[in-house]
Amino acid sequence: MRMIKELPPEKIVCGCSEDKPATPPAGRQELSGRPWVSGFIPTPTGDIPLVSTRLSFGDKLSAFKVRWGVGRMSCHVPPGLYAAGRPGPQSPVLVTSNYKLTFDSLRRRLTGQDAWLMVLDTRGINVWCAAGKGTFSTEEVVSRISSVGLSEIVSHRKVILPQLGAPGVAAHEVQKRSGFRVVYGPVRAQDIPAFLKDGLKASWDMRRVRFRFQDRLKLISMEFVGSLKYLLAIAAVLALVGLLAYRRLSAWDFLPYLGAVVIGSSLVPLFLPWIPGRPFALKGALAGLAWTVFLIAGGRLGWLPAVGWKLAVVYLLFLPAISAFLAMGFTGSSTFTSLSGVVKEMKTAVPLMGASVVLGVIFYGLSFFI
Amino acid sequence: MRYLSNVTTLEYEAARCTGCGRCVEVCPHGVFSLNGRKAVLGDKNLCMECGACLRNCEAQAIRVRPGVGCAWAILRSQWRKGKDETVCCCD
Repeated sequence: MRMIKELPPEKIVCGCSEDKPATPPAGRQELSGRPWVSGFIPTPTGDIPLVSTRLSFGDKLSAFKVRWGVGRMSCHVPPGLYAAGRPGPQSPVLVTSNYKLTFDSLRRRLTGQDAWLMVLDTRGINVWCAAGKGTFSTEEVVSRISSVGLSEIVSHRKVILPQLGAPGVAAHEVQKRSGFRVVYGPVRAQDIPAFLKDGLKASWDMRRVRFRFQDRLKLISMEFVGSLKYLLAIAAVLALVGLLAYRRLSAWDFLPYLGAVVIGSSLVPLFLPWIPGRPFALKGALAGLAWTVFLIAGGRLGWLPAVGWKLAVVYLLFLPAISAFLAMGFTGSSTFTSLSGVVKEMKTAVPLMGASVVLGVIFYGLSFFI
Repeated sequence: MRYLSNVTTLEYEAARCTGCGRCVEVCPHGVFSLNGRKAVLGDKNLCMECGACLRNCEAQAIRVRPGVGCAWAILRSQWRKGKDETVCCCD
């Protein structure tokens, strides 16, 4: 992969969404219509919306939909300053992104706390991705501090940023330009109460990202939705081949491929640490290979439809490659893969997957004549 | 969980370090620790090149090529085909 080697690194940013325009701060009337705004509190700069620290059924329903890719890109809250509890001039200022799920996970941890929430305009993207994309940035922190008039609302000069915002923010520059000192808070919103109680100290554990089974479980619905377009393309090709070559459509013809897609997009991510190998594509290929062997063995032993030797070769060339490709895509959702590592794995994996599929097509064509 | 070893572009020049501790504060994988007045580079194979330490090191003691370890983003930057919606790091 010569092309990948020569890739200009600054061009690679998270490709998950197109750039969207900035959201203007909302007026009082618009905000009072939001179900999570429970009132307003007066401050020297005007009335500040008070957020509810309990999630409604509607919040939970929209979070569920977002996990399945419904309404995901329009899920944002208006940027600006909000209040939780009864904050005053001494209360801490928590900075966050305007992705609704991020905002929700923060405010639900603030029951019993008095704090200000300064929501940046990250175009509806979560903190970590926005920091990588450059919307959760030094510039945005500095200009938001100024536009909400933070120095008139609080008497201290400290803002608490989520630790995962750090790739986009230079703390020393924020201090120089705004006079506010940046304190990086914990990675997870759930640790905010403990962090505030301990005098803005985060423990070692609060500073580490995790990628546990339950964390990955939340992601796989979206991974599966993302793989649907490949599934549709495969189904279209199989239907065409089935009709032209055999004049039939059979679900059995499709099932091995459906399995390879589900394995690569969902099962490998879910069981990631227990599948051998470090490159994600290798994990996918091994899992896809296991599935292929299962299909062939099942056919031999008579409890699955028989698989002739030609079909076995076709499966071996296609199925592990499909699983490997989709598993490789999970690198972007994981919390521990580096750009250099993914480029390295792709330099080997992409040509191998490509060769496998091309050989599969050639062999399939030839198999009519053997 | 660990990813590939010996690939990270992370470099640290201890001579420039002023011991402010920001790198220790921001690294999500605990690659840096503080020993007295100096940061210490630990297991750099845990580095995911997010660039948080680089961005927050006022003394410029850290070098890394920051980026997102996302295969879809890399493929997309290779073969830009306009707007399609793929999942990468968005959650």
